[in-house]
Amino acid sequence: MKKASFDNILIGFAFSPNLKANVFEAMRMATFFGGNLFFLHVGEKTGAKEKTFGEILNDSPVRPKEIKILWEKGEPVTTIVSECKKNNIDLLLLGALQRENMVKFYLGSIARKITRKAPCSVLLLIKPSIERVASQHMVVNAFESPQTEVTICAAFEFAHGLDIPRITLVEEINRAEVAIAADDDRSLRKVTLRKEKLKRRELSRVNDILGRVPEDLKANRKVASQSIFGTRGYSIGHYAKVVRADLLVMNAKEKHSSIWSRIFPKDLEHILSELPTDVLIIQNKSNE
Amino acid sequence: MNRTNAFQSFVGDLPKNLFAGFVVSLVALPLGLGLAIASEAPPIAGVIAAVVGGVVAALLGGSQLTITGPGNGLVIVLLYAIATLGDGDLYQGYLFTLAAIVVAGVLMFLFGVFRLGALSEFFPSSALQGMLAAIGIGILAKQLHVMLGITTVNGTPFELLLKVPASVQILIDNPVIELILPAALGLVSLLILIYYGRLQYRVFQLIPAPMWVVIVAIGLNYYFELIAKKAYPVAENLMIRLPDNVIANLPFPDFSIMTTGPFIGTVISITLIASIESLLSIKAVDKLDPQKRRSNVNKDLRALGIATSLSGLVGGLNVVTVIARSSVNVNNGGSNRSSNFAHALFLLAFILLFQDQIQRIALPALAAILVFTGYKLAAPENLLRILKIGKEQAAIFSITLIITLTNGLITGIGMGILSTFLIHVIINKNLFLFTRNWLKPNVLMYREEDSGNYYVSVKNFSSFLNFYKLKGKLDEIPETEHAIVDFSLCEFVDHTVMEGLNDYRRSFSRKGGVIEIIGLDAHGTETQHPFAIRKSIPSNDFFKLGSNLTKRQISLQKLAKILNWDYRSELTSDTKELERFNYFESKVVNYQYNEMISADGRIHLFDLSYSEGAFIAKEDIKASFLLVELEEAIPYFILDRENFFNTINEQSSYKDIDFSNYPDFSKRFFLGGKEREEITAFFNQELIFFFESHNYFRIESIGNSLLIKGKNRLSSIQEIKSLLAFTNELISILKKKTNEG
Repeated sequence: MKKASFDNILIGFAFSPNLKANVFEAMRMATFFGGNLFFLHVGEKTGAKEKTFGEILNDSPVRPKEIKILWEKGEPVTTIVSECKKNNIDLLLLGALQRENMVKFYLGSIARKITRKAPCSVLLLIKPSIERVASQHMVVNAFESPQTEVTICAAFEFAHGLDIPRITLVEEINRAEVAIAADDDRSLRKVTLRKEKLKRRELSRVNDILGRVPEDLKANRKVASQSIFGTRGYSIGHYAKVVRADLLVMNAKEKHSSIWSRIFPKDLEHILSELPTDVLIIQNKSNE
Repeated sequence: MNRTNAFQSFVGDLPKNLFAGFVVSLVALPLGLGLAIASEAPPIAGVIAAVVGGVVAALLGGSQLTITGPGNGLVIVLLYAIATLGDGDLYQGYLFTLAAIVVAGVLMFLFGVFRLGALSEFFPSSALQGMLAAIGIGILAKQLHVMLGITTVNGTPFELLLKVPASVQILIDNPVIELILPAALGLVSLLILIYYGRLQYRVFQLIPAPMWVVIVAIGLNYYFELIAKKAYPVAENLMIRLPDNVIANLPFPDFSIMTTGPFIGTVISITLIASIESLLSIKAVDKLDPQKRRSNVNKDLRALGIATSLSGLVGGLNVVTVIARSSVNVNNGGSNRSSNFAHALFLLAFILLFQDQIQRIALPALAAILVFTGYKLAAPENLLRILKIGKEQAAIFSITLIITLTNGLITGIGMGILSTFLIHVIINKNLFLFTRNWLKPNVLMYREEDSGNYYVSVKNFSSFLNFYKLKGKLDEIPETEHAIVDFSLCEFVDHTVMEGLNDYRRSFSRKGGVIEIIGLDAHGTETQHPFAIRKSIPSNDFFKLGSNLTKRQISLQKLAKILNWDYRSELTSDTKELERFNYFESKVVNYQYNEMISADGRIHLFDLSYSEGAFIAKEDIKASFLLVELEEAIPYFILDRENFFNTINEQSSYKDIDFSNYPDFSKRFFLGGKEREEITAFFNQELIFFFESHNYFRIESIGNSLLIKGKNRLSSIQEIKSLLAFTNELISILKKKTNEG
């Protein structure tokens, strides 16, 4: 199994009230993974901006190996994407402006654009904070897809880095797979049996994947799995909210994103439009 | 159960089902004739619908206990269609309407094929109630005049109601027998229907009320012919006319105006109302099923669609599932679809054999049945009940009611839906909540891996607009399981959902499962949430009673004080899982009140309101019960007064256990249960002597609990005292027995 890495981390920044929180989160993240941190500002480089930013950097209690600050002009989305490619970035951080629902949407829509094009994994922080709020519970998607194994491995890597104690793998099973409707007692019995069977199948698939996750990553983690019959991408977000998870790890977009799926949001789109928790989207680089 | 076993039990149950089918046909005949006449269709059209409906739905349907035939809800639609489609020519209008019925049948069939049974969930419950009340008023307004023997009055429902005094005036001004006799027959018929439920005389109860009305009407006619030897002083147009040869004279629908607006409107109305009426009835009948089966509504819709089309082709009205007749079926021991089939065959036999007698029925008698039906639909207590749930629900009810009466059904229900939605938006002060989240999946259901419980979480909002999503998930949970429905992520829950959940709660507790609803506690405190939320879950505050206690309640309170027991007068919906008892298998428990609890909490004495049957066959009964929790389990048994009618009516699932050495006891008591040997061993001489020497009480044991019931009414203080003494003595005997054993 290919080891996922979070060596090169990039964060785009703007001079918003949340700047400090975003910067501090990024600094911590890069320190945990022992990697390099890139700051990217899309816009005019002025002395005042540089000074403010410098002061914030100096305030941070931790400091990663190497920090690089990039000032670029251009359209935000394309600039961020091209900078990620240029610097061989592994993880792109996007901080939310913690204000109102509308802003969440705004973040969602930018994030959607970026994640569609980003060559790397993306971490969306809905509540960046200056003091560290350690993640306690990570929910990882585990539905049947060629990308899932990579995602699960990366999730364990990430949990190892940030020392997140609980991991729940969620297998979303399409209700259509049951192929029977519960109309009366007899069909209900059939549905229940069929669901149990599908559940066992999914569970053994997930256990196989878990078996291939390196032992040292699994040590000290409480790992559980839960299967859910429901709309893919949606159920897991709802589940994360119900169990009060603070990080949701998802596969990046499946390759073919048609116009149809843009009009009718699916999978990731559900999560991105609601952002129930922080979301980490794992890009499978071997897919490139 | 394997195939031969199923077949054996089908054959074994056949006599019971034939009997139930027969009793139902006694109700179906007058209703079928009456509903057809009320729709201005030939009387036979209603019977044709019942015959075709009974046969087809019994062969193809998906529910076991429902009876199919012409329905009340359709009367208004059909009446309007028959009166307008033919431009005033009633017979031509009837032929056009038959064509509309055929097309509506096809649509209904398609509803079933595409599994649109859930469609009825899109109607807010208060708007539906308003629509049903409007239909009731529509039937009532017209038939009040016919009941008084006056058929010439026409107009909108409101006008018709205002003209009632004028019709009465005609009778007062012209006191001739030709006018007074039909009116008197109508009034007597109405009185029979009203007081039928209160007469507990068994023989009288063997024949259903509508049939008594028919018997009185036919009897009156025979009296004039055979005894008074006079011409029957009732005008020709007030008598039923059947075609001389029923089978040869079947009319054929006229499809020539199929593409016109009014025709299409009629088709839509018929399909909509027929589907709604059927689905509501199926759901209600499922609640009465002693075997607790779940009906396949889509299969039923397909069968009803086919039946409707066939019925229309041979001149019948459309076929729906009807609640009143179905509940008569349940109460008379019907256990599968063969009773529906039998009811159809009996009806056919009646029409062919008793054609002459049927033509002796005067319309005022049938009109009385319809007036009673209409009143049941429109009864003011419906509005009062809804007012208790919330003022906004009463507003929705009234808006739908008035607009349905003035502008027709489709507009009425449409405005009902719209006003419900607007009220929701106003209550929440947030349109965005609904528009943004309407089409999103909002329900998460999974089975918790550790506990095995089903967990259902609902997000955003849950109202009639998206209740079908929640229902879809709940329907996949076996009712024997433990389910938790969590609304803590949900900002708004409406009355339709709360009422629907209460139905689920009931069906779960009937089958031994549990639905817990959590996460609503916080809702009451937030201002943007409507009061309907808390009020719709029946709980202590649902039935608030005044603090004025009645004389009986004060006596109960005193008695409790002397005994050092606890007394609570409030009405609550805590029904102590009474559904576990055989006695409540086909009854619906409403609420309990006047509860006395012994100091050790093992004895509960309470008054209970429960209903048998539904709709016009519904009887609400209030009776006192005593529930004992025993320390040691005893065998399951039922002990009741030996009664001839018990054997055909109730609990015939068990055979009477007789003791050869206690002939007197065996003669006086019915004793039944599954484990006959254990029961025989359990009833020793002391116990038998105890029962012989005391008052009759119905006693049912389910192992650790005993249910003791006195009369079919509330017990007086004296009776309660003797019930308590009886119970105490019984408990001490049982205690002694288990100690010895």
